[in-house]
Amino acid sequence: MLKKRIIPCLDIKGGRVVKGINFLGLNDAGNPIELAAKYAQDGADELVFLDITATLEKRKTLLELVTTIAKEINIPFTVGGGIATVLDAEILINSGADKISLNTAAVRNPDLISEIAHKMGSQAVVVAIDTKLVNNTNEVIINAGKTPTGIELVSWARHVEQMGAGEILLTSMNQDGTKKGFDIATINAVSNAVNIPVIASGGAGNKEHFKNVFSKTNVIAALAASIFHYGDITLSELKYYLKEQNIPIR
Amino acid sequence: MIAILKYNAGNITSVKNAVERLGHQCIITDDPQLLASADKVIFPGVGQAATAMEYLKAKGLDTVIKSLTQPVLGICLGMQLMCNSTSEGNTEGLRIFDIEVKKFPPYNIVPHMGWNTLNMKESKLFKNIPTDAHFYFVHSYYAEMSKYAIAECNYILPYSAVLEKDNFYAVQFHPEKSGMLGEILIKNFLEL
Repeated sequence: MLKKRIIPCLDIKGGRVVKGINFLGLNDAGNPIELAAKYAQDGADELVFLDITATLEKRKTLLELVTTIAKEINIPFTVGGGIATVLDAEILINSGADKISLNTAAVRNPDLISEIAHKMGSQAVVVAIDTKLVNNTNEVIINAGKTPTGIELVSWARHVEQMGAGEILLTSMNQDGTKKGFDIATINAVSNAVNIPVIASGGAGNKEHFKNVFSKTNVIAALAASIFHYGDITLSELKYYLKEQNIPIR
Repeated sequence: MIAILKYNAGNITSVKNAVERLGHQCIITDDPQLLASADKVIFPGVGQAATAMEYLKAKGLDTVIKSLTQPVLGICLGMQLMCNSTSEGNTEGLRIFDIEVKKFPPYNIVPHMGWNTLNMKESKLFKNIPTDAHFYFVHSYYAEMSKYAIAECNYILPYSAVLEKDNFYAVQFHPEKSGMLGEILIKNFLEL
């Protein structure tokens, strides 16, 4: 049986992890390789690295990091942040990333999704969608949550599927960082509208929230950052709990 | 020497990294001489079947792969190209395994992406691998059930997840991305 995936997300700035200072059992809190290895060993099903600087001069640092992660880590990983061209995507994948994640660039130029999918395969293209409730409509927000686009969420999700996205990483900004639980209604609206995997993100605060998202929606994966970084719960604890709740977990 | 077949497919670096993590040297090559003289050959692949097959034919690698006599391991697209044909772009395969590759019917999310278990038969490839082991899959096409299957997977329908015939082995999942147990499988292959 196909298992639900638990995906820790690491925000990277200048080659270092920036979220979380309080990692248990790690000497160098800001080292992405050490943290990634620890997560992999703890049972992470996949990893996401988001480069939040993504400036030109920092790009080289990111590529070196991706090369090292690919050498050290034996589970799949996605890299996102600042990918604006087919070449950007190609360089990251050739450095060892399994998937790249597009967000703002996909909205500005939806053809980019199909161009990368054609060259690297759909499985390598994750489209990250940030959304927020504006006047009772879920709107797509770009530029790291700063710029509303006026695009309605579900129509955009369908569009990215048609353009060849292999997966959708859906972050509900209504819930993100609140630790109040995943935004079940919004997640269902998207996952019922597409036939590609949807990763739920935003709002995870405890183990029950993961149980809810997997039992009340048909998403195949859930992503979280701070809950793991700050040691609120460990991956192994979470997976043990979900298995006991009869959620299919590796 | 372990040779990884070089062609226009992704994921080749990941396979090389996995082999090197196991302490083996390897080369990525499309040189027929080097491929023929290697102890083991890995035929990796992520990508599109038709363009990959065109490239293999243009370089004459289709005949080279078929004539190899040492252990060969196909991974993902590599496995699918070792079959008779695939419905992806109506592509003729290498006909090593006399079976067809078809697209998953859309009764569930496609691609089949994530960690899944297998029904395994006895094989040297599965030495020290527990029966409830999980492996990482990413694919939209599947090899039909067959007598060559030494492991089956069930997603939407049961299909061949691992094939074996003479010196040819093939896995639909990505052992190089399947954590420690995936590495054990690669190690088992390298020690055949």
